[in-house]
Amino acid sequence: MSAETTPAVNDSVSLYDVDNPAPVIEPPRKRTKKTPKTTRTNFEMYGWLFMRLSGIVLVVLVLGHLLLQLVLDGGVSKIGFAFVAGRWASPFWQVWDLVMLWLAMLHGANGLRTVINDYAQRDNTRFWLKMLLYTATVFTVLLGTLVIFTFDPNIR
Amino acid sequence: MPAGTLYRGREGMWSWVAHRVTGVLIFFFLFVHVLDTALVRVSPEAYDDVVATYKTPLVNVMEYGLVAAILFHALNGLRVIAVDFWSKGPKYQKQLLWTVVGVWAVLMAGAFYPVLQHTLRTLFGS
Ligand code: HEM
Ligand code: HEM
Repeated sequence: MSAETTPAVNDSVSLYDVDNPAPVIEPPRKRTKKTPKTTRTNFEMYGWLFMRLSGIVLVVLVLGHLLLQLVLDGGVSKIGFAFVAGRWASPFWQVWDLVMLWLAMLHGANGLRTVINDYAQRDNTRFWLKMLLYTATVFTVLLGTLVIFTFDPNIR
Repeated sequence: MPAGTLYRGREGMWSWVAHRVTGVLIFFFLFVHVLDTALVRVSPEAYDDVVATYKTPLVNVMEYGLVAAILFHALNGLRVIAVDFWSKGPKYQKQLLWTVVGVWAVLMAGAFYPVLQHTLRTLFGS
């Protein structure tokens, strides 16, 4: 492999000179007077950081979950109400599932927010798609949390 | 156009596309998964009924596909993190991608029997 990734542009001819000055391009993250107030926080930076930190934790939680549910001990055959009752009898797995639920949902929802922002061009469409996403996310996180905390092995 | 600066259509772009597609897929699965798990609060029978669909051959194969998606997203996610935080990451992004693909292929081969054993055993006898 050579250093293919470094740009090899070495044009001696320049498009610009004294008569044709290059347009001034502001650094992309520079805050100017035109920057709307709502974008003057570091929300996107924290979102970016969260994707990476949660990603690292999710590698352990989700791959561990898949190993237990789909690979070890007969694969999917063993799963059933009794199996879940056995697992959630232990606070360790309750906490595991709870953290996995919250991190995966927030990570996935933030990722989908980016995807919606990228493809939904009309303001209205984008707004309503995100409202749908946030509603579904809050609902799922609350339902999953409720289920872990109220699980009753003797429901019948 | 020097090949090295052409991001479009090369490894960098396709890994980004695959990362995005797998991420969205996993999110949709998770939504359904929390709903089906919630049936443990309805009755053991309701839960076992829905889990029975997870044991049909078609869905079992889809589970293998889900494992494929998650393994790629997880490994490539670690690659993205390396590209962002490791000083040599951007330089080796291509090699990192092929490492991801290699590790992914090995893990997928290893997961084949364990994940699909339910179907293999019901179809071809124990
Ligand atoms: C087809 C593959 C999968 C199977 C068979 C499976 C199976 C299960 C089972 C049996 C439970 C009940 C609790 C327990 O035993 O720990 C559960 C809960 C859970 N699983 Fe999975 N799982 C799968 C994939 C995933 C994936 C890919 C994720 C994350 C992206 C995930 C996230 C969760 C969460 C968050 C819970 C807790 C649900 C709640 O709070 O109600 N699972 N899963
Ligand atoms: C298993 C460990 C995981 C790791 C290491 C990981 C890592 C990452 C990273 C680093 C990003 C940011 C990519 C970027 O900024 O270009 C990302 C994006 C994303 N992730 Fe994950 N992730 C994991 C699990 C998940 C799960 C379980 C879901 C679904 C619930 C998910 C859904 C997404 C989505 C939808 C995106 C946005 C994709 C895009 O903007 O193109 N990820 N992931």
